[in-house]
Amino acid sequence: MDEPVIKTDKLTKRFGEFIAANELTFSVFPGEIFGFLGANGAGKTTAMRMLCGLSIPSSGTASIAGFDVYKQVEKIKQNIGYMSQKFSLYEDLTVMENIKFYAGVYGLSDKEIKDSSEELIKQLGLQKETKKLVKDLPLGWRQKLSFSVALVHKPKIIFLDEPTGGVDPVTRRQFWNLIYAASAKGITVFVTTHYMDEAEYCSRVSIMVDGYIKALDTPANLKKQFSVDTIDKVFFELARNAKRTGD
Amino acid sequence: MGAINLDKITKTYAKSGSPAVDNISFDVSKGELFGLIGPDGAGKTSIFRILTTLLLSDSGTASVDGHDVVKDYEIIRKIVGYMPGRFSLYQDLTVEENLNFFATLFGGTVKDNYDLIKDIYVQIEPFKKRMAGKLSGGMKQKLALSCALIHKPSVLFLDEPTTGVDAVSRKDFWEMLNRLKNQGITIMVSTPYMDEASLCDRIALIQSGKILIIDTPDQIRKAYPDKLYVIKSVNMHQLINDLNEYPHTLSCFPFGEYLHVSFKIDEENLIPDVLKYLASKGHENPEIKLTFPTVEDYFIKLINPK
Amino acid sequence: MNQFLSFIHKEFLQVFRDKKTLLMLFGLPIAQIILFGFALSNEVQNTTLVVVDYAKDVASQQLINKIDASKYFKVKKSYLNYNQIESSLKEGDIKLALIIPANFYNDLLHLNKAQVRVIADASDPNNATTVTNYITSIIKDYQSQLAQNESGSMMIMPEIRMLYNPELKSAPNFVPGVMALVLMLICTLMTSVSIVREKELGTMEILLVSPFKPIFIIFSKAIPYFIISLVNLVIILLSSVYLLGLPVKGSIFLLFFESTLFIITSLSIGLIISTITNSQQAALGATQMIMMLPAMLLTGFMFPIENMPWALRVLSNIVPSRWYFIIVKDVMLKGLGFSAVWKETLILAGMSAIFLYICIRNFKIRLS
Repeated sequence: MDEPVIKTDKLTKRFGEFIAANELTFSVFPGEIFGFLGANGAGKTTAMRMLCGLSIPSSGTASIAGFDVYKQVEKIKQNIGYMSQKFSLYEDLTVMENIKFYAGVYGLSDKEIKDSSEELIKQLGLQKETKKLVKDLPLGWRQKLSFSVALVHKPKIIFLDEPTGGVDPVTRRQFWNLIYAASAKGITVFVTTHYMDEAEYCSRVSIMVDGYIKALDTPANLKKQFSVDTIDKVFFELARNAKRTGD
Repeated sequence: MGAINLDKITKTYAKSGSPAVDNISFDVSKGELFGLIGPDGAGKTSIFRILTTLLLSDSGTASVDGHDVVKDYEIIRKIVGYMPGRFSLYQDLTVEENLNFFATLFGGTVKDNYDLIKDIYVQIEPFKKRMAGKLSGGMKQKLALSCALIHKPSVLFLDEPTTGVDAVSRKDFWEMLNRLKNQGITIMVSTPYMDEASLCDRIALIQSGKILIIDTPDQIRKAYPDKLYVIKSVNMHQLINDLNEYPHTLSCFPFGEYLHVSFKIDEENLIPDVLKYLASKGHENPEIKLTFPTVEDYFIKLINPK
Repeated sequence: MNQFLSFIHKEFLQVFRDKKTLLMLFGLPIAQIILFGFALSNEVQNTTLVVVDYAKDVASQQLINKIDASKYFKVKKSYLNYNQIESSLKEGDIKLALIIPANFYNDLLHLNKAQVRVIADASDPNNATTVTNYITSIIKDYQSQLAQNESGSMMIMPEIRMLYNPELKSAPNFVPGVMALVLMLICTLMTSVSIVREKELGTMEILLVSPFKPIFIIFSKAIPYFIISLVNLVIILLSSVYLLGLPVKGSIFLLFFESTLFIITSLSIGLIISTITNSQQAALGATQMIMMLPAMLLTGFMFPIENMPWALRVLSNIVPSRWYFIIVKDVMLKGLGFSAVWKETLILAGMSAIFLYICIRNFKIRLS
């Protein structure tokens, strides 16, 4: 068994009296596609922010890509990629300018920037669109570009926050092809989604309810455990009894 | 004439050049639960805005409950309920204050039509003194729906009410809509989630401003022209690649734990041939079964012709 | 280091792609330099000086010529008596008067001293101080000139009288200015931002799709600010009277009436701005450009309008606060009645009517 790229032990985040994330304990291994599910208010966003180094935990430990979540936050940020649904691309910059910008921000050398930009553009087939402003790209293209840009510095892990919201079904699947390709290269993909069928594409899935991780296993095992045939139904079984619906 | 009627409606926003709404015509009957299904940018919001009299189309006519959207806009604005995207509520007013405001806005009180929203409102009533901005997505959704219903509209327009909301709340919401339908309210809903399509009486699939098809979900599924198979193997990613390279494959898309695959030919030895091919690629005991197409299969077929 | 440079590069790209920001970044400094460098100045030139010459002798003529020759004054000879001069000053027709008594030259020759009277409208104390200083220095100059030509020293003593504000308190100048600015800020800025905020948040859509007539949406937005403005007005006046010791000489009723008129004018401008902007930021920016900046510069309480180049003087006529400023000064400081300000009132009323008309016509019952 390889060393986990994410390892948490009783990771907790409190806001005053309110415990947003409660003693989360889990590991994620290299190349896994790890699905992170949960209702709104269940604590998903809080947990993800801690793992990305955006929020300091209240207690518990975690190491991301081998770096400590309390003491080595900057190192974590340098070694992960992040893509949110709101897209991290600048709409008023061109495709190429965005790629170069992020490559620069992630600390790549000039030569590395040049090489990875070319590779990225070839991979996505965007040779004709490099000078187009991002806001003029169709939604599907923007998402794919966003994903690739998040990987430009070849991180070990990429965090995806609901990356396929509102996109047509074909583009959604093309996007998942990118995820598969990344996973095949050994990049760990940590993804949250509201599309239950996407949960099936993951190596393992965790479901958060009321701040706790109430389930964590492969999709197949979870379905067996709850005697249902879709992750959708597993989710209902767990989330249905959630107390925290007003936050 | 139905409750909602569009006839050759076209709208182009000056900047982009291509029409946001391209020559669209359809009818919705009274008491129907009608779904407008399509991705972002398909034209759903523009259609809603034209029907709720907020936007003028470039050409074509439309009517709601028999009233023309251009000439009779004042009447329409009295009788419809509207929930625009991202549940526009007053974030700095409480749940109670929001509801009271909208009731008064339509010249009534909360008590007048309380039984209409009771089932929905009781779920958020414990939070009635909380600021609307501090509610979760599911709660906001319920509040926005209550506010849209409080004046007992005859037609309800809901623009992407389930976007960004978790699966449980989404299911609850559709159950609420079905109960409302039984009260005789015509409901037009838009959503990017294909699985919600099957919960409507009829749906229109829309992409890039054009209607691809309008029918009941059942009929749409039946309209899928090819035989559809579900195929599964231990290594799904490899399976997709292998099937895409298989010469007889027509379409191959992942759908949760299975792939939905259709083939160019329909012969007796097709399936054995496929199995042989997959075995040669190293797949042990792959599963293949016939399956019923879903609305999503049909949508993909329409926008991704091969 | 690379990261840092990437960031800077990106920022530059974004700045230069945003046309509106560019206009502000480069246009504004240039406009300011031109304005402050050439158009606006604190120096007061070509003030009309009314001279009543009772002496009509050599010395008075020489003095008058000297004053006329300077760039600061334009002499206008007048044959009014002292009381008439005073009422002329009251009406605002003139700002400064010089009265040379009979026997001016004789007194200088035989008594070695003579007196002249200078009366200034000190409701704008800065202006008054400046022009009386000019005239005093010209008189002193003439005095030394005389001393050279004739034998013996001669003293011309100007007796200076500052009307309306003998102690030259600055409050009289800035209180009316503050009133104008505050009312404009609340009415124009706040109203436009508030309406646009509904558009931004999306709640405007729901309001429009209701039986509530759109025009009432607008009015219901304006009314709270109307009331708040009146309350603020009371606070300013109370502070002015009790904290700054500046009494309201004229009718308070008239003052409130005029202020209400001005509030309506400012509100209607705010409403117009809300119909042409779609984001709160844009509303803020538009208000700055269209109202606040011109008001600051062209109301007349920071820079005298009389001394601006012709183009700006004409422009200042369409700035509502300019007229309100005059009205407030006349009523509050000079204690004048409606008969003195009817012209300005009419102008404000006219502006309100025009702006309201534009606003109602512009108001869209639909989006886009």
